[in-house]
Amino acid sequence: MTAPAHQHTDQHYLAMDLLRFTTAGSVDDGKSTLIGRLLYDSKSIFEDQLDAIERATEQRGEEHLNLSLLTDGLRAEREQGITIDVAYRYFATPRRKFIVADTPGHIQYTRNMVTGASTANLAIILIDARKGVIEQTCRHSFIASLLRIPHVVVCVNKMDLVDFSEARFNEIVAAYTEFASRLEIPDIKFIPISALHGDNVVDRSDRMSWYQGSPLLYTLETVYIGSDVNHIDARFPVQTVIRPNNDEHHDFRGFAGRVAGGVFKPGDAVVSQPSGLTSRIKSIHGPSGDLQEAFAPMSVVMTLEDEIDVSRGDTITKANNPPNVTQDVEAMICWFSEKKLVPNGKYIIRHTTREAKSVIKAVRYKVNINTLHKAEGDLDIGMNDIGRIQLRTAVPLIADAYQRNRSTGSFILIDEFTNATVAAGMIL
Amino acid sequence: MSSYNLTHLAQLEHEAIFIMREVAAQFERPALLFSGGKDSIVMVRLAQKAFAPAKIPFPLVHIDTGHNFEETIQFRDWLAKDTGSRLVVRYVADSIKAGRAQEEKGPNPSRNGLQTITLLDTIEEFKYDACLGGARRDEEKARAKERFFSHRDEFGQWDPKNQRPELWNLFNGRKNIGEHFRVFPLSNWTEMDVWQYIAREKLDIPSIYFTHQREVVNRNGVLLAKSPFITLLEGEKYETRTVRYRTVGDSTCTGAVESDAADLGAVIQEVASARQTERGTRADDKRSETAMEDRKKAGYF
Repeated sequence: MTAPAHQHTDQHYLAMDLLRFTTAGSVDDGKSTLIGRLLYDSKSIFEDQLDAIERATEQRGEEHLNLSLLTDGLRAEREQGITIDVAYRYFATPRRKFIVADTPGHIQYTRNMVTGASTANLAIILIDARKGVIEQTCRHSFIASLLRIPHVVVCVNKMDLVDFSEARFNEIVAAYTEFASRLEIPDIKFIPISALHGDNVVDRSDRMSWYQGSPLLYTLETVYIGSDVNHIDARFPVQTVIRPNNDEHHDFRGFAGRVAGGVFKPGDAVVSQPSGLTSRIKSIHGPSGDLQEAFAPMSVVMTLEDEIDVSRGDTITKANNPPNVTQDVEAMICWFSEKKLVPNGKYIIRHTTREAKSVIKAVRYKVNINTLHKAEGDLDIGMNDIGRIQLRTAVPLIADAYQRNRSTGSFILIDEFTNATVAAGMIL
Repeated sequence: MSSYNLTHLAQLEHEAIFIMREVAAQFERPALLFSGGKDSIVMVRLAQKAFAPAKIPFPLVHIDTGHNFEETIQFRDWLAKDTGSRLVVRYVADSIKAGRAQEEKGPNPSRNGLQTITLLDTIEEFKYDACLGGARRDEEKARAKERFFSHRDEFGQWDPKNQRPELWNLFNGRKNIGEHFRVFPLSNWTEMDVWQYIAREKLDIPSIYFTHQREVVNRNGVLLAKSPFITLLEGEKYETRTVRYRTVGDSTCTGAVESDAADLGAVIQEVASARQTERGTRADDKRSETAMEDRKKAGYF
């Protein structure tokens, strides 16, 4: 009944790596057009999708093909012509596979951009060449910086509407660079483009010969992401314990989890936190067999030489660079809920694989995300606000500063009555 | 240090395994929704890997419309046995008999929508609190907004405008009694990734994914297989074509594509050059612009 699986594997396809990026821009700055162009020019839009949006565009009596209909899939979005939620899009070139988190430009903007940014290697920030650096540009850049996106590509769009002017481009680059000096973004690139006409998106534009850099797609294909993951501090938060309870594997007791940092090898001396119990790694099992080393973000099962008590929520680390094991946390948070933050309120915290009760001991300040000023007199944190808090947890967290490790430095807060995710946090 | 890189397919595999383990750890009574199609076959392989050397710690659940391809059903039974998994099958026909669902009228009555009723009844019967599904965000625009952990209220409904934000690798599976989650470990996979993974893992798949001769009728551009559940309309006739299936669902709403792809290599070549999405062969999605969203809101897969 079954066909034998053929030996065929496409070696090239199997060697491709993965870039996750997010796009940020305000309304009408051509974000949907840019994504549509990348999908279209990389042949990731199918004929039936194109037919469907052609039909929908026609039905709406619109003149230009409305590429935003590709990403705005929900009924309410199509009715209102707005994007409500983060949409994920996929495309691939012969060099790389891409996951795009397309975030809406207006309502609940901060919340959605923070969500899209949390897993991104790179952010594209769009600037309208006519308008230059505006308040929203600053907001987007601040979020990219706060969420520690390692690479930012600033696309100065609609260059066709400023006569492809090099002077205008340089003016915007200077203004942005000046502003960004107050942020922490390790890698910023600038590209003058016209998403509508395709200039410098996939192919180099012959209308901006003064621009010596790469077009956008080539930049996305070649940006070096190998050093984005922490391969120094060994961290292995345990998800679950695997005990087969059968004759063949009678004594097997494996700790399943995803490496959150560093490199683990059989024979390594390890410490389980928060207990502080020590042992050595006996074996590491990956999805395709036993491994000689495991690194982030691999999902593996580890066995230890000694029978020490390790369970979900614990973190296996190495002795030489211990994490912080603490119940008191200082963190930046972004608030997601319509219900405001309650000072001294109790929330469930989820950090790595650990869930615990916590209480917000203090709100230090709120950030004005347009000016980056700290408002120490305004401690009222509501939907889409960003601020700094002090948190006390019922059990110790095994944590690192977010700037050192995005996995062990991040957490979410959950309302214990509604179960809603109300905040995202980054440990300082 | 530069050697610490993972290919995109390896990253997707590690991500999916992480999600499956989160489900096993966060929920009490999870189940894997299994259709016998290629995505659920990949899901079963990932579940094996996630819990090895232990067995898959949840049952495979199939909601059988009675309109499935015979090859798929045989494959389903074989795979459950081969992996030592417990198989739970519930039938749409039983929901109809019990008066909980009503057969559609018309020339190709589809039981696609009715599956939702049987599925929700099954979830209630076994008190499943998390159902793993093989849906992918690249399949359909409503699915592009789906979460890995997708919350369902006590009526099994999805509220797309009010979803929990999902950040980093932190998945919030908290719920009230009677509510459940649908969890989609393959969210970030594309059709091509699934085929490449099947090839890499040398997975067996039902024979209808490969070229064969079949009697079909062309209805609105969808090639529907000859079956007792389809009534020919005036002017329609069956003809034998050389076809295969890109996606496997109900025979009443899944169209075949003309193809002579006889092995995985040829299928991958075909997917690479395809100009239609795989759901382009699904009559159930063509019913309206937001057909998928509407079904998903009601509790569909």
